[in-house]
Amino acid sequence: MTYDRLLNTAAAWMLALFWLLPLAYAVWTAFHPAAYETRFDLLAPLTLQNFAQAWSEAPFARYFLNTMILVTGIVAAQFTLCTFAAFAFARFTFPGKSIMFALVLMQLLIMPDILIVENYRTMSQLGLIDTIAAIGLPYVASAFGIFLLRQTFMTVPKELDDAARVEGCSYLGILWRVYIPLAKPTFLAYGLVSVSHHWNNFVWPLIVTNSVETRPLTVGLSIFAVTDSGIQWSIINAATLMTSGPLLIAFLLFQRQFVQSFMRAGIK
Amino acid sequence: MDTARRQWIYAWLMLSPAMAFLILFTHYPAVQTILNSFYSTPRGRREAVWIGLDNYQTLMLDDVFWKVLANNFWYAVWTIPLSIILSLAMALWVNDKIRGRGFLRMAYFTPTVLPLIAVANIWLFFYTPGFGLIDQIRGLFGLPEQNWMGSPDTALYAMIAVAIWKEAGFFMIFYLAALQTVSPSLKEAADIEGASRWYYFRRVLFPLLMPTTLFVSINAVINSFRLVDHIFVMTEGGPNNASSLLLFYIYEVAFDYWDTAYAATLTVVMIAILILLAIGQFFLFDRKVHYK
Amino acid sequence: MFANFLKTASVAALATVASAGASLAVDLEFYFPVAVGGAAADTIEQLTAEYGAANPDVNITAIYAGSYSDAGQKALTAARGGTPPQLSVLLSTQMFALIDEDVIVPFDAYLTDEEKAEWIGGFYPSFMENSQTGGKTYGIPFQRSTPVLYWNKEAFKAAGLDPEVAPANWDEMVEMGKALTLKDDAGNVTQWGVRIPSAGFPYWLFQGLSTPAGAILASADGNKVNFNDAKVVEALEYLVDLSKTHEIMQPGSIEWGPTPKAFFEGETAMMWTTTGNLTNVRSNAPFDFGVAMLPAKERRGAPTGGGNFYLFKDSTDEQKDAAVDFVQWITAPEQAATWSIATGYIAPRAETWDTDKMKAYTADFPQALVARDQLEFAVAELSTFENGKVTQAFNDALAAAIAGEKTAQDALDEAQAKAERILKPYQ
Repeated sequence: MTYDRLLNTAAAWMLALFWLLPLAYAVWTAFHPAAYETRFDLLAPLTLQNFAQAWSEAPFARYFLNTMILVTGIVAAQFTLCTFAAFAFARFTFPGKSIMFALVLMQLLIMPDILIVENYRTMSQLGLIDTIAAIGLPYVASAFGIFLLRQTFMTVPKELDDAARVEGCSYLGILWRVYIPLAKPTFLAYGLVSVSHHWNNFVWPLIVTNSVETRPLTVGLSIFAVTDSGIQWSIINAATLMTSGPLLIAFLLFQRQFVQSFMRAGIK
Repeated sequence: MDTARRQWIYAWLMLSPAMAFLILFTHYPAVQTILNSFYSTPRGRREAVWIGLDNYQTLMLDDVFWKVLANNFWYAVWTIPLSIILSLAMALWVNDKIRGRGFLRMAYFTPTVLPLIAVANIWLFFYTPGFGLIDQIRGLFGLPEQNWMGSPDTALYAMIAVAIWKEAGFFMIFYLAALQTVSPSLKEAADIEGASRWYYFRRVLFPLLMPTTLFVSINAVINSFRLVDHIFVMTEGGPNNASSLLLFYIYEVAFDYWDTAYAATLTVVMIAILILLAIGQFFLFDRKVHYK
Repeated sequence: MFANFLKTASVAALATVASAGASLAVDLEFYFPVAVGGAAADTIEQLTAEYGAANPDVNITAIYAGSYSDAGQKALTAARGGTPPQLSVLLSTQMFALIDEDVIVPFDAYLTDEEKAEWIGGFYPSFMENSQTGGKTYGIPFQRSTPVLYWNKEAFKAAGLDPEVAPANWDEMVEMGKALTLKDDAGNVTQWGVRIPSAGFPYWLFQGLSTPAGAILASADGNKVNFNDAKVVEALEYLVDLSKTHEIMQPGSIEWGPTPKAFFEGETAMMWTTTGNLTNVRSNAPFDFGVAMLPAKERRGAPTGGGNFYLFKDSTDEQKDAAVDFVQWITAPEQAATWSIATGYIAPRAETWDTDKMKAYTADFPQALVARDQLEFAVAELSTFENGKVTQAFNDALAAAIAGEKTAQDALDEAQAKAERILKPYQ
C-alpha cells in the first residue's frame, strides 16, 4: 500500500467514525440505564428498559404508521402526477409549453416549506387541518420530480417510440410500455430522495397536525422530547432508534441496489 | 382531428393535475404572500387594512431581521461548499477499493435516515459544556469547558456543523452514482500518460461530474434556507438571535408572535433571494453544463 | 383518513344515541398543552372520564396539542377559522394576546356573585395577577408553577458548608457559590457553584432576580414595561457578575434541557429551575438534595409560570355554562390534589393543601411545600399585549448582556425602546 493510499484510508475512516458518532451515542444510551448517559464505561449494565418505557409513554406505533401512510401516499401521488406531467413536457409540443415549464421550475426554489403561513390558511379553508392528507398535499406536485423524469424521458430513443406507434399503441400505452420501464432507475432514485425528505420533514407537519392520529414520527418525537424535567437522552434515543431502525436496516440490505439504480438514473 | 390538436389535448390533460396542485400550493400562496405583505395583520375585530410599504419599512428597521439575514448568509457560505466537498470526498473513497467499504458507506449514509429533529438532541449532548462529549474529550487534554451553543461567537457554527453532517452523506449518494458511470478506461489512459491522481481528478473526473455538482449545489442552496429543524431543539435561535435563520424567524413571527403580515413580508424577502440565487446559479453554471 | 373515519363514526354513533331519546348532550372540546402519554395526559384522561361519568349529558374531549406555543397557535387558528374549542389551557402570559384577538370572554358573566367571591377569591392572589385585568377574570389557574433553588447537600458538606442551609440572599449565594466552585490542577472548573438556565427564554428565571431587586417588569394593563428600571439593571448586572466577576456560574447562555442532568452529574452544586422538576430530581438525584425559595435581595420574590383555563367566545351559553362547571369541578380540592401529586404543578387553591391526600403527600415529600410557601412573595410572569414580540426583545437584551455584547444598561435601554414602539398602539 502506498503512503498516499494509507493516508486516504485513514482519512476515510476518521470521517466515517465521526459521521457515525450520533448513531453510536444513540445506541449507547438506548441500551444503558440513564446514569450512563454521560459516562462511557465498558462494564455498564445493559438494559432494554428504555425501549419499554419509550414504547409505553407515547404511541410510537401509531406515529410510525402515520409516517408510513404519509410517505407511501406522497410517493405514490408524486409518481403519478409527475410521470404524466413529465411525459407531456418530454413528448408533446403544445402552446404555452415553455411558460408551463417555467411555472413548474419555480417550485424548485419556492418550495412549500417556506409557504407555511399561506398553505396553513388554505388547509384551514379546505377543512383539512389535522389530517395526514394536509401534510402531503403541498408536496405531491413536485417540480423536482417532473424535472428529473422529463430529463430521463427525453433520452428515450425516438425509434422506440415510433416502433410502438406503428404497432398501434396509444400515448398511454407508449408511456406505460416504453417510457416508464426505461425510467425505472430514475423512479427509484427520486423515490429515495422523496422518502428521505418526507421521513425527516418536521416544520410543516408540526404546524398542521394536532393529534395522535395524524402526527408523523418527527413531530411525535419532538413532542415526546419536550418536558419540564429536562432531556432524558436514554429514552429519547431509544425512541429514535426504534423508529429509524427499519429504514436504516432497509438501507443496509439494499444499499447496492440503491447505488446501482442511481448509477443508471438521469441524475449524474 | 389532426395530430397537433390531439397532442395539445393529451398534453393538457396529463399536465393539469400536477399544475392544479402546483398552482394551489405554490403559485397561489406565493402571490397571496406578496399581497399580504402590503396589509396589516388582522387582530380580533380589527380587519386587515392596506398599509402599503409599512411592513417593509418595519423590516428595514428590524435589527433582528438583518442579523438573521447575515446568519443565513454565513450558514449558506459554510454549509454549501463544505457539504459538497465532503460528499465528493466520501464518494471518491467508497467508490475506490477501500478497506471496509460497506461499513464506510453505511456510516456516511446514517444522517439520511435519522430525523434531524431527533438527532438534534444528541448533538445537544455533544455540545453541552462540562459533561458533554466534546468537553469530555477536551478534558482529556486538559482543556477548559467551552459553551458552544451558549456563546454568540460559536452558536451559529455549532448549527452549521450539524447541517453539514446531515447533508454530506445524502449528497454522497449522487456523486457515487455518477462516479460509477465513469468508464475505467479513462483512468487507465491517464495512468499510461503518467498523469497524477490530482491531475486526473481536476482535468478528467471533475468536469465529468459537473452536472451532479449542479444538481447537488441546487439542493444545497435550497437546504441552506430550509434546514432549520435542529434550531428548534438546540438553541431556539439564541443567544440573542446569534443562531437564528430566516425560516426559523418566519416561523417565530407567524406562529409565536401571531404576526402573519410581517411573516409574509419576510417570506417575500426569502422568495426574492431564492430567485436571485437561481438566476446567479444559472449564469454561473450555464457555460459548463449542458442540460437539454 | 382514519382519523376522519373515526370522527364520522363517533358523530354517527352520537346521533343514534341522541335520536334514541337521550337528553341533548353538550359537547366540550379543550386544548391541553401537554405531550401525549406521561403523567399529565394520563391524569387529564382519568379526570375527564370521571367527570363524564358523573355528568352523562356532557361530552368532554381533551386535545393534547404539544408545547404551550403549539397549543396557543392551534387554539387561535381554530378560533379564527370558526371552529374554536370551548375551553383551553394556555399560557397565562397569553391573556392579553387572546383578548386582543377577541377570542376569549371573561368568566364573570357565568358566575354568581357568591361564586365570584368564594371560588375566584379562593385562588392564590399571585396566580390571579396573570389571570385578571380591567377588573375581569379571564384565566383560571390550573397548570401553574414557580422556580425554586435546588441544592446538593453532599456538595455543601464537602465544601464545608452547612448542608441543611440554602443561601437566603444574593450575597450568601455568591459566598456559598465561591466555596462550591471547584477547579482541577490545570485551573479548569469541575463543579460550578450555581446554574441559572438562560437559553431560549431567560426572562422567566430572571424575574427571580428582578423581583427580589424590587422591580415589576410590566403594568397590570399589559401596555407598559419597565425594562430599564435601575433595579432591573442591578439584577441583570448581578446575573452577569455571577459568571464574569465571581466566576461561580458557567459563562454564556445556559440550556434548560441538560440542567437537571448537570445537577445530577455534580456539574453544578445549585440549580434554579421550575418546581415541575421536583419528581424528576427526587427519583434521579444520586445524592441528598434540598429545595429552597429563591434568595432575597430587597425582598423575597419569584415569578409564577404555567397555564390557565380560558373560556372561548364563539360557543353557546349552554356550552359556556358546562365549561365553567367543568373548570370549577377540576379545580376543586380532590381533583386538584390528584393533578398536583401526579404532575408536580402547584395546587392553585389553599384549600387543596388541607385535603388528606395532599397532607399525606407533603408529609412524605416536604420539599413540595416550598413552592407553595413562595407564592406569598410571587408576582405575575412577564405578560403584555404583543407578548411574543415584547418578551423576545427583553430576552434578546438579557442574552446580549450575558454574552458580554452589551452592558446591562445599554441592552435594557434598547429593549425598553423597542417594547415601547411595539406597545404604542395599546396605550
